Amino acid sequence: MSVLIFIDTADGHVKKASLEAMSYGAKVAEQLGTVAEGVVLGTVTNDLAALGKYGVKKIHHVAKDTLNHLDAQVYTKVIAEVARATSATVIVFSNNVDGKAIAPRLSARLKSGLVSGAVALPDTGKGFVVKKNVFSGKAFANVSVTTDVKIIALNPNAYPIITGDGAAEVVAFNAAVEPGKIKVTQVTKASGEVPLTEAEIVVSAGRGLKGPENWGMVEDLAKTLHAALACSRPVADAHWRPHNEHVGQTGIAIAPNLYIAIGISGAIQHLAGVNRSKVIVVINKDPEAPFFKAADYGIVGDAFEVVPKFTAAVKKLKGVA
Amino acid sequence: MKILVCISKTPDTTAKIAFTDNNTKFDTSGVQWIINPYDEWYALVRAIELKEANASAVIHLVTVAGADADPIIRKALALGGDEAIRVNAGSQDSFYIASQIAEVAKTGGYDLVFTGKETIDYNGSSIGGMVAELLDLPYVSLATKFEINGSTCTINREIEGGEETCEAALPLVVSCQKGMAEQRIPNMKGIMGARTKPLKVVEPVAVDALTSVAGFELPPAKAGVKLVDPENMEELVRLLHEEAKAI
Repeated sequence: MSVLIFIDTADGHVKKASLEAMSYGAKVAEQLGTVAEGVVLGTVTNDLAALGKYGVKKIHHVAKDTLNHLDAQVYTKVIAEVARATSATVIVFSNNVDGKAIAPRLSARLKSGLVSGAVALPDTGKGFVVKKNVFSGKAFANVSVTTDVKIIALNPNAYPIITGDGAAEVVAFNAAVEPGKIKVTQVTKASGEVPLTEAEIVVSAGRGLKGPENWGMVEDLAKTLHAALACSRPVADAHWRPHNEHVGQTGIAIAPNLYIAIGISGAIQHLAGVNRSKVIVVINKDPEAPFFKAADYGIVGDAFEVVPKFTAAVKKLKGVA
Repeated sequence: MKILVCISKTPDTTAKIAFTDNNTKFDTSGVQWIINPYDEWYALVRAIELKEANASAVIHLVTVAGADADPIIRKALALGGDEAIRVNAGSQDSFYIASQIAEVAKTGGYDLVFTGKETIDYNGSSIGGMVAELLDLPYVSLATKFEINGSTCTINREIEGGEETCEAALPLVVSCQKGMAEQRIPNMKGIMGARTKPLKVVEPVAVDALTSVAGFELPPAKAGVKLVDPENMEELVRLLHEEAKAI
């Protein structure tokens, strides 16, 4: 018996979302009186043994370089094999890009119930019930999993990274790896330094900025805060900013610790993509903007005056000129 | 080329979210129903564009729902599907729905299955992956661009902090999101034509659901906004640092 965590990597580096998944999986293992183990696929540059500090006791590494790019069909078969070998009763993914591709396939393959978008530890008092995000952040559902093996895809930023002591035992896992049917030909990283879905802080701007030429002050603030950049739908639709920065109901849904909205009115569709943020700051010159109702801190003022002052104040706090 | 587009009926994006029966059922009173935006704007419209570029292409729509979904199916047909299949079953869980769709896909012999990246009500992001596994087909999720040349597809998909381009051969399952296509409005000709397009109703196959919803909860209400003087950004930074501990 074990709790098996899929440790997701990009360019050989373990993703932050996987540190959360390991911390979560270790806690689930503790709840169930068993151990947490990890599975990692492809070439990895991190020291895998050091991941033991996130609570995993053993890591199964399938080191074939044909696994360096995601092919969910191939990954699923390998993970299913590791799950069987480790007699996993709970399998944990991050509900990130890769988790969304693999976890549903694994659920269908193993006929094991999946809770995707989990936001809390399972309630194992009576059965196995996991709270998940539904209605685009406007509600939660408590989902009961009735199969012997349970699969959980944990929302990014929903569970803290918990570090302790200890090293993981790393073992090579010899799985049959089929040739993939999806060939990756090009990888394009967005200009921002921090990936939007993994960012702790997100600085987002809307139509209130009047034009793409005014984004310099938004970028300055984001850089000062080590934040990712985002934008509202009209801004992406007008091609002021790339589509992959659009957050909202039809764009990307995010849940950072801090979301700063500049010149965004806060239509319900926008809120659906950002309402899981822990703290929301709204800067808008219209005191009637609906976003203020969802905000923790509000500044009624002209963004062109407020944002540079905000950046200067952050620099002062951080002691940078 | 035969394309199957999976569509789902969801509450309108502005619908009030409330629950009845001791928080076990979604309160549907006064709710307007729409085609799940990811299914409509991205999956269906991209399928229609592919058909416009290749007149021999055929688009079938599938949904797993009761007869109350017929209006949204007609709307999808008005946009441009050729015919629709409704599996006459209530929603149980993602696996149940995916199993019904996979059954339709198996008998229909499709080259391409499109889904939206998730529904805006259950936010499962699961149907595409499950259908692909049940059909043992490759799966490209969170696609932002899809081009086809002969039987080779070139697809852009989201990765953390960017996109990657990949190639795959048909048959294939793809989940679609923003970037794939632009929203369209059905025209009068489409609306008139949709009335006579075939809408087949088939009975579900027997499948056990793997999960069930025990109940719903609403998030705790926000305490209310704290307004900060726009001239005093030091105060905002202090609050974010000391009170919210967010920076």
